[in-house]
Amino acid sequence: MTDTLLRVRHLRTYFWTLDGIVKAVDGVNMDIGTGRTLGVVGESGCGKSITALSIMRLIERPGKIVEGSVDLDRTDLLKLSESEMREIRGNAISMIFQEPMTSLNPVFTTGNQIAEAIRLHADIGAREAEDRAVEMLRKVGIPDPERRARQYPHEMSGGMRQRVMIAMALSTYPQLLIADEPTTALDVTIQAQILELMKELREERRMSIMLITHDLGVIAEMADDVVVMYSGKVVETGDVFTIFERPHHPYTQGLLGSLPRIGQRRGRLRVIEGVVPNPLNLPKGCLFARRCPCVMPICEQTPPPFQEVHPGQVSRCWLTPAGTTPAVGMTAPADVAEAEAARMTITADSGRQSATAAQMGEVGR
Amino acid sequence: MASRAATLVVRPAPRASRGLWRDALSRLRRNGPAIVGLVLIAIFVIGAVFAPVIAPYDPSVGVLTNSMQGPSLAHLMGTDLLGRDEFSRVLYGARISLTVGVVAVICGLAVGMVVGAVAGGAGGIVDTILMRFTDVMLAVPGILLAIAIVAWLGHGEVQIIVAVGVSYAPIFARLLRGSLLALRESDFVLAARSAGASTPRILLHHMMPNALTPMIVQATLALATAIIDVAGLGFLGLGPGDPRVAEWGEMLTDSARFLQNAPYLIIFPGAAITISAIGFNLLGDGLRESLDPRLKR
Ligand SMILES: Nc1ncnc2c1ncn2[C@@H]1O[C@H](COP(=O)(O)OP(=O)(O)O)[C@@H](O)[C@H]1O
Ligand code: SF4
Ligand SMILES: [Mg+2]
Repeated sequence: MTDTLLRVRHLRTYFWTLDGIVKAVDGVNMDIGTGRTLGVVGESGCGKSITALSIMRLIERPGKIVEGSVDLDRTDLLKLSESEMREIRGNAISMIFQEPMTSLNPVFTTGNQIAEAIRLHADIGAREAEDRAVEMLRKVGIPDPERRARQYPHEMSGGMRQRVMIAMALSTYPQLLIADEPTTALDVTIQAQILELMKELREERRMSIMLITHDLGVIAEMADDVVVMYSGKVVETGDVFTIFERPHHPYTQGLLGSLPRIGQRRGRLRVIEGVVPNPLNLPKGCLFARRCPCVMPICEQTPPPFQEVHPGQVSRCWLTPAGTTPAVGMTAPADVAEAEAARMTITADSGRQSATAAQMGEVGR
Repeated sequence: MASRAATLVVRPAPRASRGLWRDALSRLRRNGPAIVGLVLIAIFVIGAVFAPVIAPYDPSVGVLTNSMQGPSLAHLMGTDLLGRDEFSRVLYGARISLTVGVVAVICGLAVGMVVGAVAGGAGGIVDTILMRFTDVMLAVPGILLAIAIVAWLGHGEVQIIVAVGVSYAPIFARLLRGSLLALRESDFVLAARSAGASTPRILLHHMMPNALTPMIVQATLALATAIIDVAGLGFLGLGPGDPRVAEWGEMLTDSARFLQNAPYLIIFPGAAITISAIGFNLLGDGLRESLDPRLKR
C-alpha cells in the first residue's frame, strides 16, 4: 500500500445537549493514503460530517473533540494552536459541502470569494489573486470565466456553484480534499459531471480525497478504500473491491442490497428495515442488533470486537470471518461470561490488551 | 463607429455585476415607489434646509390682528391663534422633526448595534443577560418609554433625541443579534472557516455585510416612526418646550380645540407628519428590495 497521508485514531466527538451526551463520533479510526480516495458511507446521522469537521477542528459548542489524534504527515492536528490550524484549513486540507446554493456568500462575487481563499494563504496582491481565480474557474470547466468571476452566486445554477466551490477549495493546491456529500443536492447528470471533474483533478494533482456520501454508487465510481460508519462508529473497512465483492458486516450487506442496479429506477431504493438507535440511549451490545437479520443472543449482550476478517478487511461483528454463526453465539442468551471470554480470546489472539480501537489502529493501515 | 460595433459584439447576455452597493443603487433607481419616497423626503429636506429662505414670515412672530385666517395667497396655509404664518411654521417644523428624528435613530442604531454585535458575537451568558435586558425594554411600549425619559430629563431637543433613541436601541440590538446568530449557523460561514478565515475576519468581512442590509432597511423605516414619535411627544406637551419653536406635534395640540372652525390648522401639520413618514416608509421598502442581490430584476 502507499504511504498514509492522514491517520485518524480513537477520535471521539461528543455533543452536550439538554437531553444528554450525544456520542456523534465514538472512537473512529481511519487512514487516507497519499493520492487515494477514501469513501465514507453510512446512513444520515451516523457521524460522517462530524468526523470531517473534527478533522478540520471546526466543531463548535455544544460539541467537543474529547479524545483522539488526527495525524497529517505525522503532525497531530488536534495539538496545533488555533492559528496554526488556520494555516492548515483551506491550505493543506480543503473542504467542500453538500449545499452549493448556500455555501457561497451571497453578497460577494464568485471571483472575489475565490481570490479571498487564495489570499488567506498566499502573500499576493488582489489583482494577481483575481487572475488566479479566473484561471481556477477555467480549470473547473466554467465557460467564459472572466464574466462568471464577476457574477454573484445567485446568478449561477447549483452545478455551476459546486464547480465554484471546487475551484475555491483547490485554488491553494491542498494535499487533502474533504468532500461532504458534494453531489447529493445536484441532479443526476450534473452529479456525474461533478464526479468526473473531481476525478480529473485528482489525477492531475495526485491529491487525496475523503469522499463522504450515503450513495454507494458514488463510492463504486470514485473510491479506492471504503469506511462504513454506523452510529458514530466504524463498522467495516476495506478496499473498494473487497467491500463490494464480499462485504462481511450485515450492515454493509444491507447497504449494498439497497444499491440501485443498472437499469433499475433510481429513487425508490430497498432500504434496511428499522431506524438508527437513539444516540442518547444506545443499546449495550451491537448497535446494529435491532435491525440485523443475523442477530444472535450474544449480539444484544456484548459489543462485537473489531476483527480482521480478511487481510485488509476489518469488521465489527460477532460473525466468523466466513460470515457464519460462531459457536459461542449459540449458547444461552444471557451467557455473558462466555461471550466475554470469546471476546478476550480474540483480543489475546491478536496480542493486544484491549480489543476494538487499538486493534483497528494496526489492521486499518 | 468602430467602437460602437465592438461594444455591441462583446455585450454579455446577463449583466456582469459591479459591486454590491452599486448594484443596489441601480436597482433602487428602477424601483418606482422608492423613488416617490425619495422625492417626498427630498421635498421635506429641502424645505427644512432652506426654511429661512423659503419661509415668507418669521415662524415665531405673529400679528395678532391676523389671527386665525384661512388659507389665502398671503398665507398659503392660513394663520394660527397668534397670527403666525402656518406655512412658515410647517417649514421650520420640518427642521425639528427631521434633525431630531435622524439623530435619534442614529443614536439608537449605534447603541443597538454595539449591544447586538456583542450579544450575537459573544453568545452564552453575555448574550443571555443583554437580551433579557432588551426584552424588558421591548416589553415597554416605545412611546411610553420616551415619555418617561422626557418626564425624567426635562424638556428640550436633546432630551427628545435621547428618549426616542433609547426606545429604538433594543429593536436594532435584537435585529442585529438575530441576523448574526443565523449567519453564524450559515453554510457560507462554515465554508469560510474551512478556508482558514479567522474569527474577526468572518465577523467583519462575511457576516457584517449580510447583517447590515436589514439594519439599513430597519433604520429607514424607523425614521418614519421616529417622526411620528417626536410629533407624539410634542402633542402630549413633551416637545421642545419653547413656545416660539415650531414643532408639528405641538402645533396639533395648540390647534386641536379649533378643529371646528379652523381645520386647516390641523390638516397641514398633520399632512406634514403623515407624508414625511410615508416617504421614509416607501424608501425603506424599496431599499429592502434593492439591497438583496437575490431579488435582482
Ligand atoms: N450541534 C449538534 N448538537 C447536537 N447533536 C449534534 C449536533 N451536530 C450533530 N449532532 C449529532 O451528531 C450525529 C452525527 O451527525 P452528522 O455527522 O451530521 O451525520 P451524517 O453522517 O449524516 O453527516 C447526529 O446524530 C446528530 O444528532
Ligand atoms: S454483531 Fe450480531 S447484530 Fe451486530 S452486526 Fe454482527 S451479527 Fe448483526
Ligand atoms: Mg452529513
